[in-house]
Amino acid sequence: MTTTTLAVLVPLLPFLGAAAGLLLGRTAPGFVRPLAVLPALTSLVLAVLVAVRQGGDEAVNAATELTPTGSIPIELALHIDGFAALVAVLVAFVASCVQIYSTGYLRDDPRYPSYAALVSLFTSAMLLVVYSGDLMVLLVGWEIMGICSYFLVGHYWETPEARAASLKAFLVTKLGDVPFLIGLFALATDAGSFRITKVLGAVSTGALDHPTLIALLLLAGVAGKSAQFPLHTWLPDAMAGPTPVSALIHAATMVAAGVYFIARLLPVFEASQAAMVVLAVMAAVTMAGSALAALAQDDIKRVFAYSTIGQLGYMTGALAVGDRGAAVFHLLTHGAFKALLFLAAGVIIHAAGTNSLAAMSRMRDLRDRVPDAYWTMTVALLALAAIPPFSGFFSKESVLGAAEHITTGHAEGVPAAAGWIILVAGLLTALLTAAYATRLWLLAFRGRGAEAPDHGRQPLTMTVVLWVLAAPSLAIGGLAYQSLPGWFGGDDLTPTLTTSILGTGLAVVGGLATYGAWQRTTALAARAPLGAVAAHPEGDAGLVEAEAIASHEPAYGDVAYAPDPADPGRLLLGPLHRHAAVGFHLDAVYSALFVRPVRAGATLVRFLDREVVETYVRGAGILPRWLGAAVRRAQTGNVQTYVSALLAGTVVLAVAAVLVATGA
Amino acid sequence: MHLAYPAVLSALLFCTGLYGVLARRNAILVLMSVELMLNAVNLNLVAFDVWLSRTAEETLHSGQALTLFTIAIAAAEIGIGLAIVLAVHRNRGTADIDKLRDTAEGHEPEGPETGGPAAGAAEKAEATA
Amino acid sequence: MILASAAASAHTTNTVAADTHGFLSPTGVEIAFLLVGVVTFGAALVTVTTRQLVHAALWLVVTLGGLAVEYLLLTAEFIAWVQVLIYVGSVVVLLLFGLMLTRAPIGRSPDADSGNRWAALTVAVAAAAALVWVVVDAFRTTWIDLDGPAAGSTEATGASLFQNWVLPFEALSVLLLAALVGAIVLSRKAKADAVTGAKTPNASKTPSAKGADPSGGTHSGTGAAGGSGAGNTDGSDKEGVS
Repeated sequence: MTTTTLAVLVPLLPFLGAAAGLLLGRTAPGFVRPLAVLPALTSLVLAVLVAVRQGGDEAVNAATELTPTGSIPIELALHIDGFAALVAVLVAFVASCVQIYSTGYLRDDPRYPSYAALVSLFTSAMLLVVYSGDLMVLLVGWEIMGICSYFLVGHYWETPEARAASLKAFLVTKLGDVPFLIGLFALATDAGSFRITKVLGAVSTGALDHPTLIALLLLAGVAGKSAQFPLHTWLPDAMAGPTPVSALIHAATMVAAGVYFIARLLPVFEASQAAMVVLAVMAAVTMAGSALAALAQDDIKRVFAYSTIGQLGYMTGALAVGDRGAAVFHLLTHGAFKALLFLAAGVIIHAAGTNSLAAMSRMRDLRDRVPDAYWTMTVALLALAAIPPFSGFFSKESVLGAAEHITTGHAEGVPAAAGWIILVAGLLTALLTAAYATRLWLLAFRGRGAEAPDHGRQPLTMTVVLWVLAAPSLAIGGLAYQSLPGWFGGDDLTPTLTTSILGTGLAVVGGLATYGAWQRTTALAARAPLGAVAAHPEGDAGLVEAEAIASHEPAYGDVAYAPDPADPGRLLLGPLHRHAAVGFHLDAVYSALFVRPVRAGATLVRFLDREVVETYVRGAGILPRWLGAAVRRAQTGNVQTYVSALLAGTVVLAVAAVLVATGA
Repeated sequence: MHLAYPAVLSALLFCTGLYGVLARRNAILVLMSVELMLNAVNLNLVAFDVWLSRTAEETLHSGQALTLFTIAIAAAEIGIGLAIVLAVHRNRGTADIDKLRDTAEGHEPEGPETGGPAAGAAEKAEATA
Repeated sequence: MILASAAASAHTTNTVAADTHGFLSPTGVEIAFLLVGVVTFGAALVTVTTRQLVHAALWLVVTLGGLAVEYLLLTAEFIAWVQVLIYVGSVVVLLLFGLMLTRAPIGRSPDADSGNRWAALTVAVAAAAALVWVVVDAFRTTWIDLDGPAAGSTEATGASLFQNWVLPFEALSVLLLAALVGAIVLSRKAKADAVTGAKTPNASKTPSAKGADPSGGTHSGTGAAGGSGAGNTDGSDKEGVS
């Protein structure tokens, strides 16, 4: 088979799996699990094959036009360069892991068939985005991911949190998608085509008339999809979905789609200095703010959610300094270790029966209950904190190195200010990242208090996947940083000495500071008993998680916050803690700025409809009603009246006929 | 004889019957008026038959044959009609046409007598009064 | 007028003959017809206007009898006698029975006419005016030649009826049978509503005895109708008593 055929099969197989799963889900439950897992695995094999054949050489381009679509043609096009090949491997890899993990995680869930089918559909859409060489086809995949995300976040739709979160995720991402769509149209109008290759060609010849406008419009969509400030607020709430969904969609792949999109069209953004500065500021604010917020979260998954936002900030930061190689490198390593973190968190939540770090910190020996999760999560947290031998170190250092490279001033088309912004924010975030990673590890695995409940062994499908993901988290950075520039055709990704020492030093400082704070506060834990566990700890992991999320607010007063004096984050953040826990009140701001005006408008419209329009409708009905009443009065029921009228009419007609016949 | 005489008489009789059908309240009087109208038609038939049998040498005597048929049918009609009127009278206690208004909207159905013989008798007395 | 033109064009000779017969010089037959016609019309008017219900039936007898005389004057003697036999003899009797069985009041009843009277009068007068106008306009010159053999003698009528009208005649017997059955059904239904079923042989005997005579369509029909009416009255009478 040609590379093109293989590449077409990669998104197609999960799609067929999703269709078959949806059709057979009720009638043949036995087929659901193979239909979920096998297409993903096959796609992984094929994606690896495509990557091997492509090998970082000349990009594979193929296109077919199904039907004429007017002035600007829309084509089914493939554009596979080194980025696409490697990201597709990552997507297929994480998707396979998640599908296998889900068979154990949701083993008793009655809605597992539709869940698995939606995950397959999502995988297919993401692979389509990755491989697509046409912006319209890319947009199709982009939107399918959005709707899959909506359905999967709302998987536990019995709980109000999940319903609200799914709606919020959908609306916020759509808020970004509208300018995104307009930006795509503007871009295609300027470039004369939706094909990525032609767009890039048009950019290189300077054919874009409105580069800043287009870049900013596209940036809005990217901010929505990749959860960048100020459209990031949906991602922490999206943790109300099942953990495998969080791992696949909201950590490793979908949120990376925005980053990947900019990486593909980076020349378009580079055409506008203003867009690059905006991108840099956005990345910096996102990074630092989300790291602060992560330090204050009580829900273990929300910690990872803010962490995801921060790591995506690193990627957009790398793009803001014009180094897409570093961005995609970090995307790959982050995809691996963040998926691992989420999946391990799912295991921990199941074992502990709660998603609250405060409750976990009052459990002894939780790490002995889940040794696999303990070790793999330790690896992943070290990778997240960018400690040297682990993969996160290399990718993050490549980002910081690129920023430092810009600040020294020998860059083309990228303002030095962007480099400084990214460098400073990145180093600050490195410190904070290490701090919240340490805090999480200490609270989850070094708890003191009552014995952790024993729910038996975790399912093999769940633990094996953790070890499979631990390998790339551990090693991919060190192994790949030398070969990847060949794939990306970009700059060297080797860590530079300055940033390595700075970054690692700051990470160690952050970790040690947190450890010190923890030692001071942990004694308070015994004095402030806290904790609520799920009602059915023996249920499958999905049920336990749903109950844990639903019980967090009644137990602690908020979905994100717990009044825990033993929290080292409280000590570290000081007065900032209260604001960081609620995401710096951004939701309240949005509520005041958008939600309340919209609601007031809706009330007004409702009033206009009920009281004003309805009055006209009723008024329009009055005249016919009067006429009807008048006519009804003629219906007396008296047959003689009827016959009289009939005969009178007959006489009149007969006389008229006679008059006409005689010509009178 | 001028044909106009029987024709005009027939027309006048017909309209008299018409008035009776429209104006009379008692159903049996309405039936009488119907008979008047039928007889007016019969007179027309006979007159035209006599006229045509002479002037057009028409030998079928269709007018007279039709008259006989009309008379027979009228007899049958009066029998059935009276049976219906009596049934209505039994059920409703009245044979007045303008009290039979079940087809009007919002009409409270009088229905068959449910109050036993006493109520029925009272209703009949009221109807005949 | 259409009719007039058709008649005139088809029978020019007659119109010429009719011209010799003016309205101002009536023949004896015409005078008799007019006089009887006036009486008939007057009786009909009284029939539909009188407030005494039984009188209405009796004035109806006068009207129908007058019509029989008119038939005779038109030389339709068989029709005339059938008219006397059936209408005057049985139909009016039947109507009187009906009046009695529905407990029509003897004497003047103030509400004999419904509230629809003025509308009815308007319609009737309008119809009469239109009809008379058209008829007079159409046939004012048409002349009926009453000389020669009678057009409606029993022989002529019988020959025509049983030569040319046999099939409709037989169909008519079926119709009368249907009317017979209908009358029985109506009366039986009334019996089912009644308290007891004791009248069943009485009701079924009367119509079947009369209906057994199939010959003479008109007579048997009248008999059947009258019989069924009688059966009906029988049942309802007893029911009213019970």
